[in-house]
Amino acid sequence: MGLIADGFDSIRSIKFRDLLTQIITLGMIFSSALIIWKGLMLFSGSESPVVVVLSESMEPGFQRGDILFLHMNKDPIRAGEIVVYNVDGREIPIVHRVIEVREQHGTKEVDILTKGDNNEMDDRMLYVPGQFWLQRQHIMGKAIGFLPYVGYVTIVMTERPIFKYILIGVLALLVLTSKE
Amino acid sequence: MTSISDNLNSPSPTANVHVLNINWFQKQRNGNDEVSLTLNISADLQSMFTWNTKQVFVFLAAEYETPENALNQVSLWDGIIPSKEHASFWIQTTNKYRFIDQGSNLVGKDFNLTLHWHVMPKTGKMFADKIVIPGYRLPNDYR
Repeated sequence: MGLIADGFDSIRSIKFRDLLTQIITLGMIFSSALIIWKGLMLFSGSESPVVVVLSESMEPGFQRGDILFLHMNKDPIRAGEIVVYNVDGREIPIVHRVIEVREQHGTKEVDILTKGDNNEMDDRMLYVPGQFWLQRQHIMGKAIGFLPYVGYVTIVMTERPIFKYILIGVLALLVLTSKE
Repeated sequence: MTSISDNLNSPSPTANVHVLNINWFQKQRNGNDEVSLTLNISADLQSMFTWNTKQVFVFLAAEYETPENALNQVSLWDGIIPSKEHASFWIQTTNKYRFIDQGSNLVGKDFNLTLHWHVMPKTGKMFADKIVIPGYRLPNDYR
């Protein structure tokens, strides 16, 4: 009898340890994702180092679903650069090209005008009414590189939330059932 | 990164711009100077294309200094070059975007015309460069 009970105990403890290991693995996955994201933030100097292109305004250069890598530093902003900017009162940042720059003497303050390569008009109508120029504080970063298509997953997930839940469910199942 | 090999490419682009005509030149009601130009732009950017190049965005900007601004950059014309076959081109055009000063400083103003290009890869790092062509001057009176 003692032999069986011992065996049972050891099986239970193995199961318990397996469960613990899996919880820790899960925690490690989340924390490494966080570390990578925060690391990218530090490295790029931008609040959001990676953005997904949502509109067609920069076609054919950037397409919906392309991922852009951003960089922000103290370097002056110049015409031709592709910047990501935020307009006051608008939630979604915009990725467009700088077509006009006015940089003051001394203070180095800049007035910037942007335009989407695929748009007919410049961006003044996207700004707050009465706002003619963007300033430095509106700029979140400059696009320095990109990866095509990869971001499409996030577009699908935001537009059809069901896929998000399916994906999370499948991932959770995989993590919980996987054996080392 | 696939774009590493782009660094091995050593380009030798050329550009030439002529101001063919000052179509008109006046002060707007709000006091800002505006000028309309006819331009002849020719360039050869074929050497910018590598296997990893999706397109080259090219634009011509007027660049000048004023008492208020250390730098004014005004895009006058732009275009997208989709492939190497189209990278050697010439075009005669009026300025596609309005050439307006932030103020009234354009009379007799010396300015540069700079041809900028922005190479957009199929994947990886983007890069940009330019050719500055100095020695242009706006007329001494409105017309």
